[in-house]
Amino acid sequence: MSDLSSSHAIIARDLVKSFGDRRALDGISLEVQRGELFCLLGPNGGGKSTLFRILATLSLPDTGSAEVAGHDTVTDAAEVRARLGVVFQSPSLDGKLTILENLRCGGALYGLKGSELENRIIEATKALNLADRLNDLVETLSGGLQRRAEIAKCLLIRPEVLLLDEPSTGLDPGARLDLWAALENLRNQHGVTALCTTHLMEEASRADRVGIVSTGKLVALGTPDELTSAIGGDVISLGSCKGIGADLLAQAITAKTGIPATVVEGEVRIEHAEAYAFAARLAGEFPGEISSLRIARPTLEDVFIARTGRLFANQDLEPDATPTVKKKKH
Amino acid sequence: MKTTRLLWTPAIAFWWRDVIRFLRQRNRIIGALATPLVFWLLVGSGFGPSFRNPGAAVDAGSYLAYFFPGTLVLIMLFTAIFSTISVIEDRREGFLQGALVAPLSPAAIPLGKFLGGTTLAVLQAGIFCVLAPLAGLPIGWHQAALLLPALIFVGFAMTGLGFLVAWPMDSTQGFHAIMNIFLMPLWMMSGALFPMPAGTGWLYWVGALNPVSYGVTAIREAFAGGNSCAWNAGYLTALGVTALFAALMFVISVNLVAKRSRRN
Repeated sequence: MSDLSSSHAIIARDLVKSFGDRRALDGISLEVQRGELFCLLGPNGGGKSTLFRILATLSLPDTGSAEVAGHDTVTDAAEVRARLGVVFQSPSLDGKLTILENLRCGGALYGLKGSELENRIIEATKALNLADRLNDLVETLSGGLQRRAEIAKCLLIRPEVLLLDEPSTGLDPGARLDLWAALENLRNQHGVTALCTTHLMEEASRADRVGIVSTGKLVALGTPDELTSAIGGDVISLGSCKGIGADLLAQAITAKTGIPATVVEGEVRIEHAEAYAFAARLAGEFPGEISSLRIARPTLEDVFIARTGRLFANQDLEPDATPTVKKKKH
Repeated sequence: MKTTRLLWTPAIAFWWRDVIRFLRQRNRIIGALATPLVFWLLVGSGFGPSFRNPGAAVDAGSYLAYFFPGTLVLIMLFTAIFSTISVIEDRREGFLQGALVAPLSPAAIPLGKFLGGTTLAVLQAGIFCVLAPLAGLPIGWHQAALLLPALIFVGFAMTGLGFLVAWPMDSTQGFHAIMNIFLMPLWMMSGALFPMPAGTGWLYWVGALNPVSYGVTAIREAFAGGNSCAWNAGYLTALGVTALFAALMFVISVNLVAKRSRRN
């Protein structure tokens, strides 16, 4: 085990993965420290699910390598699997079984049985506040409880690393908060490293560090504060009046003030350290050309726009890189 | 220390889970048992008056009796289909997802599924055997002793067929198509529904090369064993071929799982 892998729970080195002509991963490298809550943020189709599947040993990279809990995901997959808890986007609990039965089956997959298994079930369900729901059939539980039961199943093996794929999909805001409280608790109490993929900005902003993935590349990496403060001050968004295009308005602003203005999805966007004063100046200097004006603290979305020049929600959505997975037809 | 790839503990968990799930879904019990029962009664009663078994020297009994072993195999085929079709969605959006990231031997999932499917198939076929006297077939200790191994191997083989079809599939629609164009004809051309002709015609070869034929024959011979307790050559040959076929299904399944788990 190298020095790097003793301090890092996850290491990805120059991962490349293509599906036909499409490059789902285009040379991603990143490191996640032990005990870190790391979020992989990106639009659907950006490559984060492909990265997730490689880290979970479900997929092989074309080139590059990955280490999880000190073991290579390709050459040493069994070792990785023994140390890894995976929470999938779609439920992996059996709805026809109770939580307890699911946990027993889940533990058996890792060779756990007898009193050792029972003790771990008690430990895991306590950590996730499920102890009084053990005998409920999973299909009768709310989405939030089901997610917590999923995580409890992963904890049975006392994983060094927890991978979660869009864990808050389908959860209401209250259940989402519960989930994050549970993850933070696991990190604080048990030192679990968690890597979680998400397309939700507010979720990513709760992580210790965030990696933003777009079109198969890592476009930003850092703590949420580092990333947002790298943007020069606050963000001004302007709508242009009819008859004057956003492009013309942006050019005019740049020409007159010397401050770069860009156009993103029909809106003029300016970063400025003294946004309020600058906005007042713009309103005075471009009367009748500005239809709306908004000033906001930069968010991770602004980081995304700054790094990719595109709006997060309006990414060119390609089917995500799980070719064997087709969405359920209803 | 190398992590061993687990086999028996997870396989037993899959097995147990399949049985519990089945017992909690009444419609599956009805689907696997009632459909062949209705089929047996309707087809059996309809064909009955016009049926002559060319292979039998003397009138060997009613068509309901002839059709009984075939119906048992159909029950087992249906049970196997129901218990393996779930693999398709389970692997994608269910419990098996977790199994794919566990340190398992590639044999663990097939072993658990085969044992689960076999248990359910033998249980359902066993229940149906209660009706044997109604068809004029004797059922005593001798028959039961001959029947049990035949049912176990047929159940194992049928589950294997279902598993092999289900595992590479991405949709249950695809499974239904294969079931209709492959699994059902395999059953129809096994001597289950009508006696396969002797000689050298194409129909003879279809029957002789069809592994399901041997399962049907083993069960038929078990009933025909009567009170003689004879482990006759016909029975043993059919049982042996069925066992070989079941083993082959298992080996192919394990290979398929080993390949599939790292394909993408």
